[in-house]
Amino acid sequence: MVVYWTDALIFLLAIAILLLGWRASRKEHLRRPWRKVAQNRVGMVSLVVLLFFVVIGLLDSIHFYPDLDKGSEQQSGEAISLFDKWVTPIRLQEEKSYSAPFASRLFAKEMIEQPNGQVVWDYPRLKYGGAHLVDEGVKKSDILALTAGGMLKGLGFWLLVTSSFALIRWRSLSKMRRNLGLVLNGATTLPLRAITLTILFLSLCTFSAMELAPHYHLFGTDKVGQDVFYQALKSIRTGLMIGTLTTLVMLPLALSFGILAGFFRGWVDDVIQYLYTTLSSIPGVLLIAASILMMQVYMANHEEQFASLALRADMRLLFLCLILGITSWTGLCRLLRAETLKLREMEYVQAATAMGVKRGVILVRHILPNLFHIVLISIVLDFSALVLAEAVLSYVNIGVDPTTNSWGNMINSARLEMAREPVVWWSLAAAFSFMFTLVLAANLFADAVRDAFDPRRASD
Amino acid sequence: MINYVIRRLLYMFPLLLGVNLITFVLFFVVNSPDDMARMHLGQKYVTEEAVSKWKVERGYDLPLFWNDSQEGVGKAEKTIFFEKSVSLFMLKFGRSDNGRDIAADIGQRMWPSLAIALPSLIIGLLANISFALLMVFFRTSRLAFWGVTLCVALMSISGLFYIIGGQFLVGKLLMLVPISGYDTGFAAIKFLILPVLIGVVSGIGSGTRWYRTLFLEEIEKDYVRTARAKGLSETAVLFRHVLQNAMIPILTGVVVILPLLFMGSLLTESFFSIPGLGSYTIDAINMQDFAIVRSMVFLGSLLYIFGLLLTDISYTLVDPRVRLS
Amino acid sequence: MSSFGRYGAVQIAVIKRFFLVIWLGMTALLMACSGEPLNNPYSSEKQATSKVLYSSFSERPKHLDPARAYSSNEYAIIGQIYEPPLQYHYLNRPYLLEPLTVEKMPVVHYLDKKGLRLRQEASEEQIQWSEYVISVKQGIHFQPHPAFARSQEDNLLYHLLSDKQLEGVSQLSDLKEQGSRELTAEDFVYQIKRLVSPLTHSPIAELMKHHIEGLSDFEKTTEERYKKWQKNHKNGGFFDLRQADISGVQVIDRYHYRIRIRGKYPQFKYWLAMPFFAPMAWEADSFYAQEGLIEKNITLDWYPVGTGPYMLTENNPNRRMVLERNPLFHDAFYPRMGEEGDREKGLLDDAGKNLPFIDKVVYILEKESIPYWSKFLQGYYDASGVSSDSFDQAIEFSGEGELGLTQAMAEKGIHLQTAVTTSIYYMGFNMLDPVVGGLTERSRKLRQAIGIAVDFEEYISIFMNGRGIASQGILPPGIFGYESGSEGVNQYLYDWLIDRPKRKSLAIAKKLLAEAGYPNGRDRETGKPLVLYFDTTSSGPDDKARLNWYRKQFSKLGIQLVIRATDYNRFQSKVRNGNAQLFMWGWNADYPDPENFFFLLYGPNSKVSSGGENASNYQNSEFDRLFEQMRNAEDGEERLSQIRQLQEIIRRDSPWLFGFHPKAFSLYHDWYKNLKTNLMANNRLKYQRIDSELRNEKRQAWNHPVFWPILFIVLLFSLLAIPVWRVYKKRERETAL
Repeated sequence: MVVYWTDALIFLLAIAILLLGWRASRKEHLRRPWRKVAQNRVGMVSLVVLLFFVVIGLLDSIHFYPDLDKGSEQQSGEAISLFDKWVTPIRLQEEKSYSAPFASRLFAKEMIEQPNGQVVWDYPRLKYGGAHLVDEGVKKSDILALTAGGMLKGLGFWLLVTSSFALIRWRSLSKMRRNLGLVLNGATTLPLRAITLTILFLSLCTFSAMELAPHYHLFGTDKVGQDVFYQALKSIRTGLMIGTLTTLVMLPLALSFGILAGFFRGWVDDVIQYLYTTLSSIPGVLLIAASILMMQVYMANHEEQFASLALRADMRLLFLCLILGITSWTGLCRLLRAETLKLREMEYVQAATAMGVKRGVILVRHILPNLFHIVLISIVLDFSALVLAEAVLSYVNIGVDPTTNSWGNMINSARLEMAREPVVWWSLAAAFSFMFTLVLAANLFADAVRDAFDPRRASD
Repeated sequence: MINYVIRRLLYMFPLLLGVNLITFVLFFVVNSPDDMARMHLGQKYVTEEAVSKWKVERGYDLPLFWNDSQEGVGKAEKTIFFEKSVSLFMLKFGRSDNGRDIAADIGQRMWPSLAIALPSLIIGLLANISFALLMVFFRTSRLAFWGVTLCVALMSISGLFYIIGGQFLVGKLLMLVPISGYDTGFAAIKFLILPVLIGVVSGIGSGTRWYRTLFLEEIEKDYVRTARAKGLSETAVLFRHVLQNAMIPILTGVVVILPLLFMGSLLTESFFSIPGLGSYTIDAINMQDFAIVRSMVFLGSLLYIFGLLLTDISYTLVDPRVRLS
Repeated sequence: MSSFGRYGAVQIAVIKRFFLVIWLGMTALLMACSGEPLNNPYSSEKQATSKVLYSSFSERPKHLDPARAYSSNEYAIIGQIYEPPLQYHYLNRPYLLEPLTVEKMPVVHYLDKKGLRLRQEASEEQIQWSEYVISVKQGIHFQPHPAFARSQEDNLLYHLLSDKQLEGVSQLSDLKEQGSRELTAEDFVYQIKRLVSPLTHSPIAELMKHHIEGLSDFEKTTEERYKKWQKNHKNGGFFDLRQADISGVQVIDRYHYRIRIRGKYPQFKYWLAMPFFAPMAWEADSFYAQEGLIEKNITLDWYPVGTGPYMLTENNPNRRMVLERNPLFHDAFYPRMGEEGDREKGLLDDAGKNLPFIDKVVYILEKESIPYWSKFLQGYYDASGVSSDSFDQAIEFSGEGELGLTQAMAEKGIHLQTAVTTSIYYMGFNMLDPVVGGLTERSRKLRQAIGIAVDFEEYISIFMNGRGIASQGILPPGIFGYESGSEGVNQYLYDWLIDRPKRKSLAIAKKLLAEAGYPNGRDRETGKPLVLYFDTTSSGPDDKARLNWYRKQFSKLGIQLVIRATDYNRFQSKVRNGNAQLFMWGWNADYPDPENFFFLLYGPNSKVSSGGENASNYQNSEFDRLFEQMRNAEDGEERLSQIRQLQEIIRRDSPWLFGFHPKAFSLYHDWYKNLKTNLMANNRLKYQRIDSELRNEKRQAWNHPVFWPILFIVLLFSLLAIPVWRVYKKRERETAL
């Protein structure tokens, strides 16, 4: 078992969210907007997709050292994650170079030495992709068969999950029958039909992929023969980390400074305003560039602390989150300050002050809870922006470590592939579709949350 | 009003000083002047002597913040920080680490950046507003729902994809415009079409959505209801009342970014090899040319603060209710 | 109601007008495409007939001052502008020096302590100095330049520019008057002084101070003089280097000068072919010293003044650089003789013709490789390298395993040229390190074992598309002393099969490792696994695979490799301080002499103790002794046998794993003539020719714009407009009711 910094933090965050959720569920005024979110069809579908990503990301955040006895492990010495273990065949199936999705041969011709010693110039067979095929002519039917098998399994899994849920929820058969009709008509208050359909879709995809992936490269392989599908999946963790840990950094800063400035005004306000105006007036990219360079120097000087590549990459990811947090707290801080200014003039706050309630208590009891919706909205909105920012930063070489799997790094290396003839499109396509799905889901969910929590948009 | 402007202008000094301090700390912790010297002197046959000579010539041989060997004020004055910051405040950017005059370079590279940013802004604004109006007009039909979803989808695509895809499609497959490059005068137009188009398309998702919310907020207001009750047609309401009143937030939103247009776009410029300030900055980061980066940070901050000031002033100009104090 | 309807009418009118504009634009575009390709990045009127070469630069050259420039992208430009005394023969191989701006090849005379001439075969101990007398060719003129412009009274026009004259001057060409003058010996000597001037930081200053008699003293006195001068000239100005002389470099008369070198240093002649020793006019230095010009970025570092075939007429490092033919260029002719086979390749078609052929060269800023490659295929660049991404598209192996162009490329009339570069990439061991360093039998075996395990053939095939050859020793092909075949094989790591070297088996490596005290990669005494540290620079996403590959190589022996990747600055400082254990580095030859490679392992050049170029701090007295003999010897049997012994020593000691020599691949279009890879010559441009008519034809044929998708999109939008329009009408009716 190894715990990287980012692993620890992401689980801490997950636990914190669960705790908050549990507390919130017991307060009626907090439950109301959430119920509204839950009734939003698009929002719930996105949430299911998001959760799917989150599960993969969390699985990918439990690291341990693989058994060394097996010896044949290629990358001995590096910790792997639970997720890696799960997808082990595709993790280790490295080809020599590019191969197209579902290909059984390399993308470029090579010198092949045949058994009889003759050398031919042709597309060599892949070591893993389609290697089980004796006759390549049956590839299509093989793929179809595998997909069908996967889909069947997926369907079975889905039936199992949904029926057990129904059983737990409705207990009796008659109730179930009645509710089934409602669900099928889409007449439930919770958009159950949409949710279950999404789960069906996801489980079909997952199980087909699980059937296919050991035998084919679903998204082809990259320049050094690594499975692109695997990279895209691994990148989920990076994307989630950037999107969430950054908020973890940004939140305390924004909250404390915003509230203090708004509540105490006077010189405190002046100092804090000065601080965030200064920070926000520095072009963000430049600030990030400088900090990343600084961290590299620190790591070079303290080598003994960063013995392995994974540790370095992890530190860099953490640091990137940190610096992104530092550059992005100013916006939220400004909002919170303005809101606090408004709240402090409210009658109930005035009344509390008049009654001699301590200022600290007022802050925690009366002001903080009323800022909650602003914080929530800005967190969900920032998430997708941060995931997108990661790609751009990687392009300028100031993003995550080049050895980390991330969509930004994938795009960055795929850029050159677009100039090839014939075009190597699959790395870009994989990065695009995964990133697009996550960001779209996050955006749609953010919309749902905003509609539910923003009092101004209540009528919208 | 004038008092306010003067006060704000004075406030810029401590802000810029803070900016300077932050960048300075960051960059000098990262790269000791020794590193910089080696970087610029090349790789072969570099000796300590050559390094120290380089530092003396660039003024990097002084202590960073505090000079103990000097008397009185000199302790603070004869330092790298003081000497480099003071000249920045006078807007003397000095020379880059490889000897070019930065101000002259900025003066030259500003124009290509503007040539992309300004058309992108204007065309983008027109496109976004018209789409937003359309969506508001059809706000009760299915069209609007799909419009919003489309917007969100467009927003969820990384800017890199727009650039890579655009270049690949229009430049390479269709051969309609040169793939990259730049020219002076009117010859520049064929180079600008694609970057501007990409700039507009990549901004359309978020822009349309933003203006849509503005219009929707406006349309809920009482005077709009009154106008509608009077029997004005929907088009008339939209154009006469909603658009006109929403112009205030639109304009002030534009004003704040106007000065920053000079800074150019990092990505577009380096992909299309357009010699603007954006690619200038990226090059400087990659070459670790501290002098240029420092100047660009300063310039960027200056323009940003200037933009804030402009916004405040434009508020008073368009909305007489707002008074600056 | 009617008044409201007007809104719609206005809108319709606007929409109609909009479509009209689009339509007009489309027809205009269609008409335009009949003549000129739409995607032509160059302005059209001039290019049709003139002989312009289009090339690119990805990063602006840092220096164009011949005393400072030292990298290939800088030489690509100043090599065409400045002319040192000697040059490399364009076609001849092995590389041959020939006179460029001098009458004949300089003859070296050896002098003893008293300054008396010795015989040529004098022994090294006797030789105190070597002396070169160089006679400058008469009738060579500098390019036309404002620095030489003179008034009718024969005063220099622009050397004391007033503010008024400077008004409106933003680039050099704004100074209208130009002049020229004949090249004299004085100009060559002036440039040597500039190498150590306090105003220029020549990268070879330290090296030359070692070799050229009196240069060190000259530097010291000049520096003192400069300090005094600075006090009186607070506002800058021209600091005249002519007022003092270097004792070892003297002007004899208008066309002759003499250079005195300490001891014997036959490699000096190669330096005479580098731009460092190209003549520089003092007028240029004085002209550019004016504060008013420096402020406008007009400096010698950006606007060179030379005698070469081309002059830099536009230098906008933000966009493009333009070289134009120097109208005053002296007589120069295409070589009449070449290597075997050159005649068949058409390389001697232009023999004896006056140089240069190309009128103008345009270098365009191009940072990304994608656009460059696409433009090359569209015919807008005349030549291109082969990146590993365009490799598959351009190159394939023929049946016999030979590399050749793909069908598609060959059909376009593209040609391929390959050459093994005179450089080496190696993995160095820090010989000061307690584990891998030292000259004991034990450490030697450890290094040899690693040498067998790290399979550079595989590296070349995976990461370089096979574009390179694994090194058998320190010398790349094309350098005197390189041996191919069984004589040149590194028998410590390879076996010689009938026709090719084969890496020894892993079993042997493991045996060596066991003998070194690490059976199966574990320390025999402590039982702990052997952990080694590898320092490298890491920059791109490709690096991950590369680093993994290294780790895999070591794990073959059971050795754990920890990779410490940093940026280049840090990496350098680590190597400099001897903190590295294993590292990957490269060397690019300055000149085609084995000395320029073996000196990388010469003890006194050790990086840690003397800051030299011996990065692995290797020190073997036998090697050093042999090297001292070899470096000054003339090429011949004796030198060859010395080189063989040197190679044998370093192969046995393995302070390096000799990695590989990369192969350079370049592609060029049919219309680009007289191209021959010459890794040494910097002034290749003057020999090259462009057939611009052929180029125009092909460009037109290759670039037909495709319009239908635009029409399709317009159509789509208009179709979409129909339901929108219908809903709109409906709404309008509803509100009106």
